This record gives sequence, C-alpha cells and structure tokens, in this order.
Amino acid sequence: MADLQTAGAPERQAMPLTGASLPRQAPLLAVLIAGGLAALLALLGVIGWVAAIFVGWLLLMVGLPLWSRAVEGGRRSVDRGVTLLVWSAFALAMVPLVSLVWTVVSKGFGILSSQFFNNSMRGVLGEGGGIYHAIMGTLIITALATVISVPIGVLTAVYLVEYGKGSTLARVITFLVDVMTGIPSIVAGLFAYALFALFFGPGVRMGVGGAVALSVLMVPIVVRAAEEMLKLVPDELREASYALGVPKWRTITKVVLPTAVAGIVTGVTLAVARVAGETAPLLIIAGLTTGTNFNPFSDRMATLPVFIFYSITEPGLHADAMADYAWGAALVLVAIVMLLNIVARVVGGFFAPKTGR
Amino acid sequence: MTVTAPPVVDAEESTGRVGDAVFAGISRGSAILIMLALAGVAVFLLQQGLPALGNHGEAAYGKDNIWAFVWPLLFGTLLASLIAMIVAAPLAIGVALIISHYAPRPVAKVLGWLIDLLAAIPSVVYGLWGIQFLALNMVPVYKWLEDHAGWIPFFEGPVPNSGRTMFTAGLVLAVMALPIITAICREVFAQTPKMHQEAALALGATRWEMIRLAVFPYARSGMVSAVLLGLGRALGETMAVALVLAPTLIVSFNLITAEQSSSTIAANIALNFGNASGSKIDTLIFSGLVLFVITFAVNFLGRSIAARGRKG
Repeated sequence: MADLQTAGAPERQAMPLTGASLPRQAPLLAVLIAGGLAALLALLGVIGWVAAIFVGWLLLMVGLPLWSRAVEGGRRSVDRGVTLLVWSAFALAMVPLVSLVWTVVSKGFGILSSQFFNNSMRGVLGEGGGIYHAIMGTLIITALATVISVPIGVLTAVYLVEYGKGSTLARVITFLVDVMTGIPSIVAGLFAYALFALFFGPGVRMGVGGAVALSVLMVPIVVRAAEEMLKLVPDELREASYALGVPKWRTITKVVLPTAVAGIVTGVTLAVARVAGETAPLLIIAGLTTGTNFNPFSDRMATLPVFIFYSITEPGLHADAMADYAWGAALVLVAIVMLLNIVARVVGGFFAPKTGR
Repeated sequence: MTVTAPPVVDAEESTGRVGDAVFAGISRGSAILIMLALAGVAVFLLQQGLPALGNHGEAAYGKDNIWAFVWPLLFGTLLASLIAMIVAAPLAIGVALIISHYAPRPVAKVLGWLIDLLAAIPSVVYGLWGIQFLALNMVPVYKWLEDHAGWIPFFEGPVPNSGRTMFTAGLVLAVMALPIITAICREVFAQTPKMHQEAALALGATRWEMIRLAVFPYARSGMVSAVLLGLGRALGETMAVALVLAPTLIVSFNLITAEQSSSTIAANIALNFGNASGSKIDTLIFSGLVLFVITFAVNFLGRSIAARGRKG
C-alpha cells in the first residue's frame, strides 16, 4: 500500500482539488479571540464597554480577512470579509429592534392591573387612572373602519379580477389603489377633517371621522390582499360552475369567494392591525378625552395611540405618572397588534399555497 | 336545419340575469367609489389648502408668505428622511441577505417572521421609544461628536440633555423603515432564479461573488424601489418625529441640537392642529397637500421602477 501511494500519487498531491482553507471553526475562533481581547481591555479599564465592543468588532473585521488572505488567497478573504459585514449589519439592525421590544415590555408591564384596564382617566390626576376609555375608543373606531373598508375593498377586488379584467377603468383603479397605499396617514386625517367640517362646521371632532380616515388607509390594503387571493382561485372552478349553468354572480359568491376566504381574512386582519396603531389621523379628527365615549357620532373619542401621544407631549403636572400610563398603553397596543398579526399569519399559513422562503 | 324551440325562461334564470347585473353594478360601483374617495382627498385638500396661498403674517405662523412657511418644514422632512435612508438602506439589505442567503433555513424563516412583526409595530410606539430611550442614550454620542467633530456644520451643537435632535428623529425613522425595506428586498432576493445562482457557484464563485454577480443585478430595480417605498413611509411619518422634535420653522443642517433644529411637515401639522383655527388650519392643510404631492411622487417612482424591473 505504501509503495503504491508513493509510486502513483505524487502528481495528484501536487494538484489537489481544493486549495488550502481555514479550518471550519475559524470564524468562531476569530470571534472568540477578538471578543476575548476586547473584554480583557475593558476589564483592565483601558476602554469602556461600548468602545470595547467596537474595538472587538474592528479586530475581527481586520483579523479574519487577513488570516484568510494569508492562507486562502484574495477572493476567499473578500468573501469572509463580506460575510462578517453582512452579519454585523444584521446585528446592528437587531439592536434597536430588540431594545424597542424590551423597553416596551419592561416599562409597560409594571402598571398593568385590573384598575388600569377598567378605569378611565376622568377626574384622575397622577396615579389611579386607566385606559378603559382609550381601549374602547380604539375598538369602536377600528371596528367601524373595518365595516366601511371590507365591503368596498373586497367588492373592488371582485370587480378588478372578475369583471373589469383588462379594461381601462380597472387599470385606472389599480393605479389609484397604488397611489392610495402611499397616502401619508396625516393627510388622510386632514381629508376626514375637511370632509366633516363641510357638514358640521370647523372644529369638528367625532369618532366616525376617525373611522373614515382609517378607511382611506385601510381600503387599499384590503383591495391588494383580496385581489391577490382571487387571482389564485383556479379558473377550472369558475368554468365548472358556469358549465352547470350557474350565473356569474352566484359563481362569485358561492364558489370564488368561499375558496379565497381564508386569504382574504388574513389580509383584512393584517389591515386591521396596521390601522389600529395609526395615530395621526385620529389626533386630528377624533381628538382625546378623559372619559369613556361610546357614541362615535358625537364628540371626542379617546384612542390608545392618541392617548400615548398626549401623555408624553402634554402630561401636565404629573409627567412621571403619565409616562407610566403611556408605556402601559403602548404595551397593550403592541400586544393587540401583534396578536392580530399572529392570528392572521396562522390563518394564512394554514391555507396558503406552498412557496419558497 | 330544425330549430328547436327556445327553452322556456324560468324564474331561476331571470333572477340570475338580474342578480348578475346588480352584482356587477355593485362591484363596479365600489371600484368607482374608491376613485371618488381619492378624488375627494385631492379636492378637499385643494379646496381647503389653496386659499392658504395668500396667507401671510399671523396666518402663516409669522412668515411673509406661505412658501416661507412650507420651505423650512419641507427641508426638515427631506433631511430627516435622508438620514433615515442612509442609515436604514445598507442595514436592511444586510438583514435581507441574512434571511435570504446566509442564515440556515429554519432560522431564516423565524427571522423573516420577526421582521414582519416589527413592521407592524405602531409608529407612536417607535416615537415613545425614540424620545424616552434612544434620545437619552444618544446624548453621550452627540457630546462626543460635538467635541471632536464640532467644526463640521452638522455637528455644531449645543447638545441638549434631552437628546431630542434631528439626528435622533432620523434614527427613529430609520428603525421604522428598516423592516419595510428588509421585507421587500428579501422577497426580491428570494426570487433570483436558482439556476443563475447555482451556475455562478458551479463556476467556482464564492458566496459573495455569487451574490454580486447573480443576485444583485437581478434585484437592482427591486432594491431601488424598496428604498423608495421606505422613503415614502419615512416622508409621511408623523408621530415618531412629532414626539421627538419641537415644531420649529428653521432651515438648519445642525443635526445634534434642539433649538436650532428643523422640523417636518407631518410633525408640524400634528403638533399645531389642535390649537389652530381659521386660516391657520388652511395653512396647515396646504402643507399637508405639499407632503401628499411629494410622497406621491416618491411612491410613484418606486412603483414604476419595480414594474419596469418585473418586465425587463
């Protein structure tokens, strides 16, 4: 055996299929060494912890590519450098996002209590109040907006997919829906204000105005989602229905819409989650009040986002207590929105066609 | 050829026809309603905003004419959004690459999910975090910049102890725009034909070379439109900026100061609308109209680039 190898192999050994490469654990090793050095510097008190992280990162960014260049050559070294850079960008992007979630949970959790959920802020200065009025306002206004937007949105999608395919009107509508997705939320609020001021005079504030403003933001999302889902319904189903002599409108209501309903529900839920957190339009048209108002057709109505906003910008004498309320309300709002999102994705994921990542 | 008698039209079929007409009418009607709503937005804004063209003095918040009022806000809007894009775009592309190409598949799936959830966090919460957490923690950085780079006009200072500066506002916008840009980029990256990528790898390209040669050329228009759509969101974003910045009418490149800092159109409307009355409301609505036009232009550009990318 040994003879064979020495006799037949030299040429092969001179031309290996793969070049020299760093060991598999090289990146991990580099991270450990750079991190260790930086931590050592920080422990010795030479530099602060923030600076230490930066120094460690710099060591890693210079060290690993240099090592790789020495062993593997320029191209592999660039590849390793970029890999590090991409992961650093990822880590850097995660810092604010994680910190945001952590801050909301840690600062908001302390104030949650049955009193916080069951009281309004009427007559409350400082501690002892709650966000019942704001939760109710958010629920009422969002529900109204949903009631307005869903029929309009779904029917428009039906028109685009089933009736207007290729017509000029359909193209114009598609374009306008695109435009509507880009309307700044505060502009939607100004629109609702201008519309209601026309009928009720300037200075008007009412919950239904907020619902109209939110609908302007919500309709395009619903149309987009419903359109995509209706397009996924196979034509065979429609044709089978026509072949049985079923009129078009019954085909749509009995065959097409039920087939697409899961996806449409997902889209609507996502749209609800999106507008439930909108602040700017409600700030303008729904305003804020300290008491609970169940009637969206008269007077100001408190909502969670607006409550958070005013608790910070105009806290009055009890700034600390109001900041606590704001964080508590923020946690509740984020929880509601997240819950809606998760429900939507579970529903959608369950029925969605399989795709790659 | 024998002609069979026409079938008797029964009640079922006739209701079918009527139902069809009605249903088609309703769905076309709601499509037209959307058209009317958008036209309504434009008309109402014009009707309420255009009278403000002649506003000056008190009605234009102490400015000589309406443009002198809008310009500083417009400048601030663009500046904050520009900072946001400079910070967010590279990071978002990095995160998107991690999800589409670098991370192992199960991890990538969870990450994609998390990013989508973060995109849904209400902007007022970002603002709350910006003012009560980020701003305070950025103060040492600003102080350092003021001491070491104060000769650059951007970092002149003086640094406020609250940390509520243009730079903070830009950072908050960046954090908000990040999930959106990431989501679109990730989708575009994932759509790169597998064959192109495998061909590049088979020719001996490293992973980065494969991304540079196969993924980026394919995704270029998608990436540009993602950044533009993120910019559209940042331009129109109200609450995050309204919480961080005070409403001022100053044109200033100074990024790390409070008193001499610019503000943005949307934030200015939000902060002043409650106390405004009469012609001041018109002035604010006019500034909203300007914002609408600019956001529309940016979004339109973003979508047309995306559409061209799909065709090409």
